[in-house]
Amino acid sequence: MPATEAIGSNRSLHAKTALWATISVVSNVAGNSALTHGMHELGPIGSAPADLIGALFHPWVAIGVVLLIVWTLAHMALLSWADLSYVMPVTAIGYVVTAFAGKFFLGETVSLARWVGIILITAGVTLVGRTRPDSAISGTAP
Amino acid sequence: MCVIATTVGDVFRSLGMRHHGEISDFRPGAIRGALASVARNWMVIVSTCAMAVSFFSFMKLVSIAPMTFAVPMSAATFVPETLLARYLLGENVDWRRWMGISLIVIGVIFIAQ
Repeated sequence: MPATEAIGSNRSLHAKTALWATISVVSNVAGNSALTHGMHELGPIGSAPADLIGALFHPWVAIGVVLLIVWTLAHMALLSWADLSYVMPVTAIGYVVTAFAGKFFLGETVSLARWVGIILITAGVTLVGRTRPDSAISGTAP
Repeated sequence: MCVIATTVGDVFRSLGMRHHGEISDFRPGAIRGALASVARNWMVIVSTCAMAVSFFSFMKLVSIAPMTFAVPMSAATFVPETLLARYLLGENVDWRRWMGISLIVIGVIFIAQ
C-alpha cells in the first residue's frame, strides 16, 4: 500500500473511532446522570428483582436506560473494529466530562485534587489515543 | 459484583463483535441486519447477560453509596480488562497503553476525592 494511502486510511480510522467514541461517552455520561438522579429521587430500594424492575418505570430512570441502550449500541459498533484496550481507556474521558458537567450545570466546585485527576486522565487518554485502535485485528506484525 | 460482571461483559462483547466483523454501514436497514446477526452470537448473548447484572448492581450501588465511591469502583475494571485484552484477546498493549491506563486509574482516584 502506498504510504499516503496508509496514512489516509489510518486517519479515517481515527476519525470514525473518535466519532463513535464521542457518541458512546456522551450517551454514557448523560445516561448515568439521569439514572443516578432517578435513583436518588426514588430513595433506597430493596435488592429483589421486582424492586429493581419497578424502578425502571421512574421517568428519570427510564431516560437513563434509553441513553444507556444508545451507549451499548455505540460501544458494540466501536468494538467491532477497535481494541478493548483502546476503547476502554479512551472512553474514560467521560470521567472528565462528568466533572465539567458538575461544574457548569450543577455549580459544583472542582477541588485541586479533582483538577489533578482531570489532568492525569486527559494525559492518559491522549497517550492511548495515539496508538492504533485496531492492533489485534490488523495483526501485530511489525 | 459490579466489577466482575462488567469485566466479563466487556471481554465477551469485544470477542463477539470482533467475531461479527467490522460494522461499517450505518443505514437503518444495515443496522437492523447487523443487530439480527449479533443477537444470534453466543458471545454477545453472554456479554449482554453480564452487562444486565452489572447494570442492576450499579443501580443498586448508586442507590446506597455516594457517587464518590461508585465512580472509582467502576474504574477498578480497567486493570483486569487490560490484562484479559492482552492475554485472552491477543491485543497489542504497548507501553503507551499501559502508561495511559495507569494515569487514568490514578486520575480517577484523585477525581473521587
